[in-house]
Amino acid sequence: MQVTMTVNGEEVTRDIEPRLLLIHFVRDHLGLTGTHWGCDTSNCGTCVLWMDGEPVKSCTVLAAMAGGRTIRTVEDLERGGELDPIQQGFMQCHGLQCGFCTPGMMMTARWLLDNDPDPADADIREAISGQFCRCTGYENVVRAIRWAAEHPDGQGSGEAVEPGAADDSAAPGDTASEEVSA
Amino acid sequence: MTTIESPDAAPEAPLSDAGNPIGFGRMLRKEDARFLRGKGNYIDDIQLPGMLHAAILRSPYAHARINSIDTSAAEAHPKVKAVITGAVLEGLNLAWMPTLSQDVQAVLATDKVRFQGQEVAFVVAEDRYAARDALELIDVDYEPLDPVVDARRALDEGAPVIRDDIEGKADNHIFDWEAGDTASCDQVFADAEVVVTQDMIYPRSHPAPLETCGSVAHMDPVTGKLTAWITSQAPHAHRTVYALVAGLPEHKIQVISPDIGGGFGNKVPIYPGYVLAVVGSIVTKKPVKWVEDRSENLMTTGFARDYHMRGQFAATRDGKMLGLRVDVIADHGAFNGTAQPTKFPAGFFNIFTGSYDLQAAHCKVTGVYTNKAPGGVAYACSFRITEAVYLVERMVDCLAAELDMDPAELRQRNLLRPDQFPYTTHTGWEYDSGDYPRALQLALDVAGYDELRREQAERRDRGELMGIGLSFFTEGVGAGPRKHMDILGLGMADGCELRVHPTGKAVVRLSVQTQGQGHETTYAQIVSSQLGIPPEDIEVVHGDTDQTPFGLGTYGSRSTPVSGAAAAVVARRVRDKARVITAAALECDPSDLEWELGRWQVKGDPTHGKTIQEVALLAHSSLELPEGVEGHLDASAVYNPPNLTYPFGAYICVVDVDPGTGQVKVRRFVAVDDCGPRINPMIVEGQIHGGLADGVGMALMQAIAFDEDGNCLGGSFMDYLLPTSMECPTWELGETVTPSPHHPLGCKGVGESATVGSPAAVVNAVMDALKPFGVRHADMPLTPAQVWLAMQGRPVRTDLAIT
Repeated sequence: MQVTMTVNGEEVTRDIEPRLLLIHFVRDHLGLTGTHWGCDTSNCGTCVLWMDGEPVKSCTVLAAMAGGRTIRTVEDLERGGELDPIQQGFMQCHGLQCGFCTPGMMMTARWLLDNDPDPADADIREAISGQFCRCTGYENVVRAIRWAAEHPDGQGSGEAVEPGAADDSAAPGDTASEEVSA
Repeated sequence: MTTIESPDAAPEAPLSDAGNPIGFGRMLRKEDARFLRGKGNYIDDIQLPGMLHAAILRSPYAHARINSIDTSAAEAHPKVKAVITGAVLEGLNLAWMPTLSQDVQAVLATDKVRFQGQEVAFVVAEDRYAARDALELIDVDYEPLDPVVDARRALDEGAPVIRDDIEGKADNHIFDWEAGDTASCDQVFADAEVVVTQDMIYPRSHPAPLETCGSVAHMDPVTGKLTAWITSQAPHAHRTVYALVAGLPEHKIQVISPDIGGGFGNKVPIYPGYVLAVVGSIVTKKPVKWVEDRSENLMTTGFARDYHMRGQFAATRDGKMLGLRVDVIADHGAFNGTAQPTKFPAGFFNIFTGSYDLQAAHCKVTGVYTNKAPGGVAYACSFRITEAVYLVERMVDCLAAELDMDPAELRQRNLLRPDQFPYTTHTGWEYDSGDYPRALQLALDVAGYDELRREQAERRDRGELMGIGLSFFTEGVGAGPRKHMDILGLGMADGCELRVHPTGKAVVRLSVQTQGQGHETTYAQIVSSQLGIPPEDIEVVHGDTDQTPFGLGTYGSRSTPVSGAAAAVVARRVRDKARVITAAALECDPSDLEWELGRWQVKGDPTHGKTIQEVALLAHSSLELPEGVEGHLDASAVYNPPNLTYPFGAYICVVDVDPGTGQVKVRRFVAVDDCGPRINPMIVEGQIHGGLADGVGMALMQAIAFDEDGNCLGGSFMDYLLPTSMECPTWELGETVTPSPHHPLGCKGVGESATVGSPAAVVNAVMDALKPFGVRHADMPLTPAQVWLAMQGRPVRTDLAIT
């Protein structure tokens, strides 16, 4: 069958099997490998992307169901060479280690801040509670999203964040109140 | 923060023009740039021209004889390119492969299947959906056999013999292994005023990295070169094993470990799927991709733990610990595939005396086969130190309960003192350094321990169940030395190469491979700390056997202790060479020069000197060099660690238990870690955070149980529960710094510390909460059901299905 949808602002049309999953469509057919597959059962959330502005777990959505809809993936977060504040926050707060859950986490986080620009930590935890991270223990993911909430324009310099451009406000130092002298 | 200055790393490194520390300190990660943009390159992201896709048919039975396999319908599928069975592999002498523990494992089953999910056939097709379709077309005639499920009954008279492939094998026994001295231990126990005995299970769990295992194999039919992209924590070891297994010439094998979506030990072993992808490529003359689904990952790849332990503590009535002994039944599954140094069939479990000053200790471990997936050493366990720490720290709490003594006080009284280091344990480990009482006291202070106990008393009066749990751990990480430790005969020492280009930019090549630990940043900082080259000017190359020196890889928290040391050594060699070159340029004697970070200069006259960047250009120039000094600025090293490093820590967990449902809520978690100087504190804290979440998960949620037919009950994320943001509290970290005396930078490995140390703290907290019910122990995971049963005095075995 033929399916047409808008992906990251571009209309795409492909011949597909009706049973093709959306995750495999974006990865294998469009080459957008930033969205990952992790579990098949909608538990891990590494496959989260947006469909018509809402985060969905694309391992349990058929590509055919996305026909006529608008898809946004992690590759679309960076705009005009500038990282989204969410991306900057994840870097500043060490919100990622292996990076595998990160695209899904960031897509949920972007949606959260679009709908609630100043969420409490409990709201942030609730928002990402359908997604696993095996590396970070979640604390720095929460901090990363909070950083983005506190920096809606990012670092504001208009420059992409690069290693070294450390923002002291996020320094862990993060743990300043928790790190203890002996 | 306490900072004990290490010899080479100034605590406050100067900043480069880019704002990075020239040396140790918080630095944002280099690797993040690609991950944040969705530009990582994980195994399933790899696409090659003409690439085919593979899938594995797996056994539905835990134990069954294979009467026949009919693949004709699958072969007739229009998109199928090859169907490979055990019979095909037998013809190639590839049906069995060696494990990392001197056993063999079936690549594809020939005679029997021995665990549910075992590999039976391999299909290569044009796309991943067609490969799965074809699996359905294979007809296998199985004759079910009685399975061995309960490890404690594996050695029973008349138990089904799992490994009848081994000539003369008449039981399910694998090994007996002992450490310590029985006689002295017996004497201590005979004389002791108090002896506490407790049975406990460290149930089977699984590291469950978010990315499953997989491989893309490409055997070039023209050049005969095999390129294999593999989710491997140890690419060099994998290459050597492929050469040995498949008889391929090692110089014609390139193993590339691309970005890895989490490892935690799951990606150390060599799995049948990796070998089959190679065979598939040889057969089809095309690149072949094989990637597990989640159930395959959870049901068939390296699991962790599965230790059935009986611990006994001897002590005086007033709380002096005297002796500890433990008997273990170790469930290794159907093939003994544990990944640990050869001389240590139970890993480093014999470090079970922990952090305490004892008079005697003894352990005996018996390994058995069961009809379960192979594995056992995985999941950030530091070669079974996880099990050892859990055992001793649970036993300490059991002893405290017996003596009616505060568990913090009991620990503080019996911890090794700083003046006892280096300390040799009764089972032979030489702890290199430590200040244990200070770390424990810091944790108690951060937690506000006395206040917590007061609050607990008040809550108990109101019928509320609040628990406070402690754990103190000593880790031993950074294997070798090579004379004591090897994997399949390969000594555990790791190479490193460093080259400074003419313009002063450097490339460092490592044998180890990151799975999220941030090596591209940390190793640049190590080299930077020794040479003064900004870390942004240092490129880290790893994960490709054609591009890096040989070494054993990343697991057991060995990267910083071994390869980190290797990187420091090569950088110092480059620095020494730079001194000679500077002296030649300045026409002085090398001994007249002194090192100021990034620069050799004349003693007493700092205006005369050369920066490392200037030296790099001189090294490649026409400058006349002294006799015997070669041009260019590079060095290599193989680092053979003289001993393990011994990080340690004190953890305190506070929980609230719902008396109606048994649900446990982790309210607080305080973790004081001492891993020596921290190269990048941000990364170290991230490593600790992740391990603490593991501890909460294992203690409360994660276990892979089996029913009486050997069906795996943890085969999906709907059944095998992992902690989310809702189960994890905000971690409260503290730090002490006790440098390792033998590591060039004083650093100790930290990647697994929190996974090793935290489960006992959580369980101790829950058992503390349940104290009013008079229950002393219940096995992990402490699910609401298990806690509810424990409150009624009847906790169950968590490794078996509740029937």
